[in-house]
Amino acid sequence: MEYILIFITAVFVNNIVLAQFLGICPFLGVSKSVPTALGMTGAVTFVIVLSTLVTFIIQKTVLDPLGIAFMQTITFILVIAALVQMVEIILKKASPSLYQALGVFLPLITTNCCVLGVAIMVIQKDYNLLQSVVFAASTALGFGLALTIFAGIREQLALTRVPQGLQGPAISLITAGLLAMAFMGFSGVV
Amino acid sequence: MNYWKILSNGLFKENPVFVLMLGMCPTLGVTTSAINGLGMGLATTFVLLLSNVAISLVANLIPDKIRIPGYIVIIATVVTIMELCMAAYLPSLHESLGIFIPLIVVNCIVLGRAEAFAAKNKPLPSLFDGLGMGLGFTLGLTLLGSVREILGSGKLFNITLYDESHGILVFVLAPGAFIVLGYLIAIINKIKKTL
Repeated sequence: MEYILIFITAVFVNNIVLAQFLGICPFLGVSKSVPTALGMTGAVTFVIVLSTLVTFIIQKTVLDPLGIAFMQTITFILVIAALVQMVEIILKKASPSLYQALGVFLPLITTNCCVLGVAIMVIQKDYNLLQSVVFAASTALGFGLALTIFAGIREQLALTRVPQGLQGPAISLITAGLLAMAFMGFSGVV
Repeated sequence: MNYWKILSNGLFKENPVFVLMLGMCPTLGVTTSAINGLGMGLATTFVLLLSNVAISLVANLIPDKIRIPGYIVIIATVVTIMELCMAAYLPSLHESLGIFIPLIVVNCIVLGRAEAFAAKNKPLPSLFDGLGMGLGFTLGLTLLGSVREILGSGKLFNITLYDESHGILVFVLAPGAFIVLGYLIAIINKIKKTL
């Protein structure tokens, strides 16, 4: 039950993009078509779960016992950067087709703030290891959900006539605002 | 090199919020009030200043292949220094900005300026570039925060303008951030066209 609650909260109620404003750059940047949005979701899910697992273990076994929790930001970002690089190298050898599909998105993920955000959030919320992994996976899923819906809307938006001043980023942001308003409807669920 | 030109480039011509659209996460996340926007902007300015100067000093020493991790470590160090100072001297601001302070590390604008400007220029121009970009970011955040605070809670910098019960709550909540920024960008596009 507890895990289902974490899942629903992370995907719908506290959606990482639309309620917490993390990962806006890829949300606005790579959401022009549904297939790219799905590719990005795959890559992000993989990296978020893996990096949360590793940073959680480092926090509990290295940073906390040594009393150097203030090194958290530096350690985590290094771990994430190294992990992304490693995933890229492994994928290139192990599964060239998957690498082809995700290739362009992988380097972008280092600077995707939802990866570092989730790693820090699980420490702040004092989750245990399993809860952290569930939270990370659900957050990534919420990111994917928002990204895919938004990509679908933008595919339609490309065909509509938009007033001149609102063209480009302006109309995208207003659309995202309406989408966020729809997600606010979930706020009473949990 | 004209320093005023570098400074105004960040403030207006390539304003990070309205023109480059970089660093959107803190822009939308913390601007529930003008004070928060200003605080976040100044914190980012501080990081941009120090990291730009530090990176322009060591850029020639870092091998090309590992320059990005190198830059990130420098930026993360500056952010940690800033976070510890803020927690000590401005605890209430530290509380309200929350998770967005460590996330300055992954703010695209900081790494973007390191790569695009500081790595290729001398420390002094890099200092002015950091200052200009930081102040441009602060300007954007304060403007967005002010509009949201006025519409949402009837206040500006905590001074009551009209009764809070007439405020439109949605502008303080998440959707308001997207919508206000969307319209601000549209207005700025319009002003640019008429100039």
